[in-house]
Order: sequence, then structure tokens, then C-alpha cells
Amino acid sequence: MARAVSTRRKLGFTAIAWLIALTLFFPILWTVLTSFKTEGTAIAMPPKFLFFDWTLENYFTVQERSDYFRHFTNSVISAVGSTILGLIIAIPAAWAMAFSPTKRTKDVLLWMLSTKMLPAVGVLVPIYLIFRDLRLLDTHHGLIVVLMLINLPIIVWMLYTYFREIPVDILEAARMDGASLKNEIIYVLTPMAIPGIASTMLLNIILAWNEAFWTLNLTTTRAAPLTAFIASYSSPEGLFWAKLSAASTLAIAPILIMGWFSQRQLVRGLTFGAVK
Amino acid sequence: MRLRALVIGSCSVLALAGAAQAQTLTIATVNNGDMIRMQGLSHHFTEETGIELDWVTLEENVLRQRVTTDIATQGGQYDVMTIGTYEVPIWGGQDWLVGLDGLTSDAEYDADDLIPAVRDALSVDGTLHAAPFYAESAMIMYRTDLFEEAGLEMPDQPTWEFIGDAARQITDRDAEVYGICLRGLAGWGENMAFMTALANSYGASWFDMDWEPQFDSPEWAEALQFYVDLMTEAGPPGASSNGFNENLALFQQGRCGMWIDATVAASFVTNPEDSEVAEDVDFALFPTHNDLGNNGNWLWAWSLAIPAGTQQADAAEQFISWATSKDYLELVASEEGWANVPPGTRTSLYENPEYREAAAFADMTLDAINSADTINQSVQDTPYTGGQFVAIPEFQGIGTAVGQIVSSALAGQTTVEQALQQAQQVTRMEMERSGYYN
Repeated sequence: MARAVSTRRKLGFTAIAWLIALTLFFPILWTVLTSFKTEGTAIAMPPKFLFFDWTLENYFTVQERSDYFRHFTNSVISAVGSTILGLIIAIPAAWAMAFSPTKRTKDVLLWMLSTKMLPAVGVLVPIYLIFRDLRLLDTHHGLIVVLMLINLPIIVWMLYTYFREIPVDILEAARMDGASLKNEIIYVLTPMAIPGIASTMLLNIILAWNEAFWTLNLTTTRAAPLTAFIASYSSPEGLFWAKLSAASTLAIAPILIMGWFSQRQLVRGLTFGAVK
Repeated sequence: MRLRALVIGSCSVLALAGAAQAQTLTIATVNNGDMIRMQGLSHHFTEETGIELDWVTLEENVLRQRVTTDIATQGGQYDVMTIGTYEVPIWGGQDWLVGLDGLTSDAEYDADDLIPAVRDALSVDGTLHAAPFYAESAMIMYRTDLFEEAGLEMPDQPTWEFIGDAARQITDRDAEVYGICLRGLAGWGENMAFMTALANSYGASWFDMDWEPQFDSPEWAEALQFYVDLMTEAGPPGASSNGFNENLALFQQGRCGMWIDATVAASFVTNPEDSEVAEDVDFALFPTHNDLGNNGNWLWAWSLAIPAGTQQADAAEQFISWATSKDYLELVASEEGWANVPPGTRTSLYENPEYREAAAFADMTLDAINSADTINQSVQDTPYTGGQFVAIPEFQGIGTAVGQIVSSALAGQTTVEQALQQAQQVTRMEMERSGYYN
């Protein structure tokens, strides 16, 4: 029987939830507000919250100085491309580890995760040299490969966790009914794992979109995504916060909108298995 | 028939595209006012030469990491790089940069017109390896109204002792006016740029002739104690988080009686559109210590260089020649006014009456740059070059580590004595690891 919760407790929980949500959201809100200020107002003390002269000047300046749509297109290509390539490799890998485990499966999983523990800068020069010799510097396919590689451990781990939740009996029943391996994965496993695959995909698009080390170091102009667009607005000598905020707002807007519309799938996928 | 038409059409398009493909240079640069202005005016260069330009603008530290990786691996991603006086002697010595002999031998370019201190700082074994786009030293910017109220008069060549007394006298914490604003944010190019210049003027140095760190010297103890005491008594709260931009904002809002920093700030603090105190600012030379007579010797020039890995060295040199020429200064003046011309690179600019009239800080900037001596930065003998830095590859790491120690002393987390001991240990350890004592 469900436990009755008093209205007072409900109100209390709601207030706490709002407080936490607002605290988490505040930096983004502040960035958006700063993007509508002049450089002088952006650094004013005490800070001005809502009552200032709102201006679109920073957006015009950013648009005039940089090609937003070229950077945006590059971000879409690298984020979506690396995620799709990652899923193509990770789904069979996770399937094998979830449904045909060996005594070394756990070690393999841990080893994959351990590659994330190495600071990226430690392998910058070797990767840069490989990219130089293979002529992959500042190319979309080079960036897609490297983003796929750095996110692959997370994709495999997430999919492995979701696949483990699927009862193996269902797959065996399909096999007894004569389903081939291909049909088993396409018609039985995938429909059941769609929430997990969708949330893995969304999370990896977000991770690839926000990746700022490799995208800055392996690109110059042709494949430079929105991270390079943002990085161009920080200045060593001169005020830059308002313009930087406008560039950041433009850069995070697409992913924020995508996250907003897909939040139901994202949350369902991330909590998949936790409620069992 | 359709297929044949399609093939012929495709071939024509490809041929036209090939013919139309112009030479393109990729230029790596930082985001500051003068560089962005050049970006805006660069269509003149393209119209004159037919050479297209692709710009990669990055934050200073990201740019440094990015171009260092590319040049060290001969990646060839950039044709022109924006680098400073720190990188030029190191990279030039490694043959990573193309010598700019074409410029120095070009009578029209007139390399002899480059300010000697700047030209020397960008030359390796007498060969120019980067052309200065704009240069800066450090000087005092101060509020004439506050000095007048306090009955103070800034001497032509102030001493630190005078600056300390004046700062304490001006400070009015209730009105949120602080006598002096100085860099406190940790970083080799942030607080250590100022701290090294201050230490130079006190007669201290980073290393002796055997590359032994000198933080245990009485000169360093005196300089750091002075800095910490001054900032504690007359500096703004939270000074250990303040870099160039934070102090610029404080000064523009009228919170600082004095600010000692890069000369390039002069145009920002005197611009009435951004600065509330634009009408009440004057300038003075970087202070000296008692009768030692040694200025801070701070010299920085954002400069354009050609990496050895480029396939387009001739076109790159053509661009550098355009961007650092006398004609470019005239172009900026005609389109944006003389006050917006990049300062500190050419002697002829400071002889130009129109520029001198538009830029009230012109004389002081030139005096500050001319007073910098990056070879004899301290009164001690040193084995290195560089004014507010030490031109060795290890300095970025060591400078930032020592900067964090100095910043924690300023925040009151360690004493001056402890900070100097730590700085000595950290520096010696890094130098030993780098093989300086083998």
C-alpha cells in the first residue's frame, strides 16, 4: 500500500527540488543574462541581475566576427557521427559481454574504463603525430574517430548494463523458435533495449558536443566545432565576458533544446534497471 | 546522352573550382582588440594580393598549447603564428621559425624603424625571427583627482617607497577605493609577470650564473614582503584572484588609486566609453627601489612568425610584411583613428604629431619600452634573457608553480618566508630534473 504523504511534506520536497534545480541551472541562466549586457555592465559590482539596459549588441558582434553556422555544422557532424560509429561498434561488443560472458569479461570492461583514467594531454603528441602522418588533422573523419574512441568505453559500459537487465530466457526462446543471430539482435534484443540505446546515444552526443580538448587540439578551421568558436572569445587583455557569454549561449542552445525535448527518454534510460 | 552531359558538366565544375581556388594562409592569433581590428581590415591584403586568409582565434593559453604542439611536431597546420617575446628566443634557437631576412633587407619595410628594444627581443643571433605587431611594457596608471585630494604629486621616476606611502594614504575602504591594484592571480604570465618585474627592480633575480634559484636571497625577501604588505594594507579584497582584466575593471570603475600593469591598458582606461575615470588618469614610469635605478624591465610584443613546417613561407612573409608595416598603421589611422593604431613597434609612430596628439600616453609608453632591458634585467649577472619572465622552456611550469605559492602568500595562507622556501625547493627540483646541474 502506498504511504500517504502529507501536503506539508509534499510542499517541502517541492521547494527543495526547486532550490536544487535552480542552483544547478543558475550558471547557465547567468551566462544567458550576461550575454544581453554591455561589457561594462557584465563586470559591474554589485552584479546586476535583471534591471539593466538589455542589448543584442554582443550577438551581432559574434555573428559578424565568426561563422557560427560553419562551427555548428561541424559540431553536428562530429557529435552525431562519432555517436553512430560508437554504437555500431559498441552494440555487438556489449551483446557479447552481456550474453556470452567469459571469466575475463569483467577484466575487459575494467580495462576499457581504465583508458579514461589517463589524462588526455599525456597522449596528445603521439596522437597528433599519427594524425599528421595520416593527414587527419583538421578533418571531420579524424575528429569522428577520436571522439568515438574516447567515448567508446562509456557507450560499451552503458549498453552492457542495459543488456544485462534483459532476461536471457527471452533470447533463448527466440533461438528455440529458430531466430538467427541477426534476427535475434534486430527483432528481439533491440526493441527491448531501445530506451537504453536512446539514452546512450543522447548522452554521447552531449559528451561529444562538449568535448573541448581534442576538438581544440586537432582542428584549425575546416573541422573546428563550437568549442573552438567559444574559445576565440576569451581575451588576455580587454573585457570579454559579455561577448564570451553570447558565444556560449549560441553554442549550448542547440544541445540544451535537444536535451529539453528528449529529457523523458534520457531520464527513463538513465534510471532503467534502477527501479526493478 | 544524359550521362555524357552530366560527366561533362561535372568536369567543367571541377575545372572551374580548381582554377578559382586561391592561395589560403591559416593564421593563429589571440583575441585582443588590435588583432581583431587587423582581422577586420585584412580584406585590404586579400584585395591587393589575392591571398585568402583563414583565422584561428584562441584564448592565449589554449593558443600557446596548440601552436607549441604543432610547431614541435612540424604539423604544418599554421602558416603564420602569433607568439610573444617568450617563445621567439626559444623557438628561434630550435630552428622552429623561419628567419625574416626578406623583411630586414626590404628598404620599403624599413626594419631599422622598429624600436630597438623590441627588435632585439625578437631576434636570435642577430636574425629577426618574428615581426612585432604591438608591443608593451609596464607603467603606473594613477588617478590625478585622488592624488590631488591627498596632496600628493607623482614624481617623474617614482620609487616603491613613494608608491607604498601614497597607496596607503589614498586607501578609503569605506568608499571602496583602494590605493593600489596589482596582479595576484597565479600564473607565469599573470602575477609572476608583475612579481618578476618588481623583484628585478629590487635587485633580485631568478637564477645565478650556475642556474641556482635565488629565492633565498635578501632581495627576494624584501620584494615579496613589500608586495604582500602593500596589497594587504592598500589593495582590494580578494586580490589573489585578480589578473589583468579584473584590475582593469576595478580601475575603470574608480576603485583603484593606482594600477601598475601593461602599457596597452592606457588606451582602455582613457576611453570614456568604458572608463568612469577616463578624464582623471595620468601615467608614470615603473617604480625603482630606493637609489638602485633599475626599472622593471617588462617587455612583451605580440608578434607574427612563420613556423618552419609551413609550405607557404613566401606568402606568409608577404602577409607579415603587410600587417607590421608603416602602411598598415596609416590604414588603421584612416579607418579607425590614430588612437587605435597598434602601439610600441615603430619609432616613426612616436614622431608622428597626429598620433602624439591622439594618444596622450604615447610618450610614457615609448619611455617605458625604451627603459626595458631584457638582457640585463637585474643588477645581478644572470644566464638568461627576458624581462618579466625567464626565456627557458621550463619557465611556463616553474613560473606557474611559483605563482601559486606567491598567490597563497598574498591570500595569507603561508608566510613570506615559507613561500620563498617553497619557491626555492620547487624551482631547484624542476631545474635539476631538467638537467641544468649535470
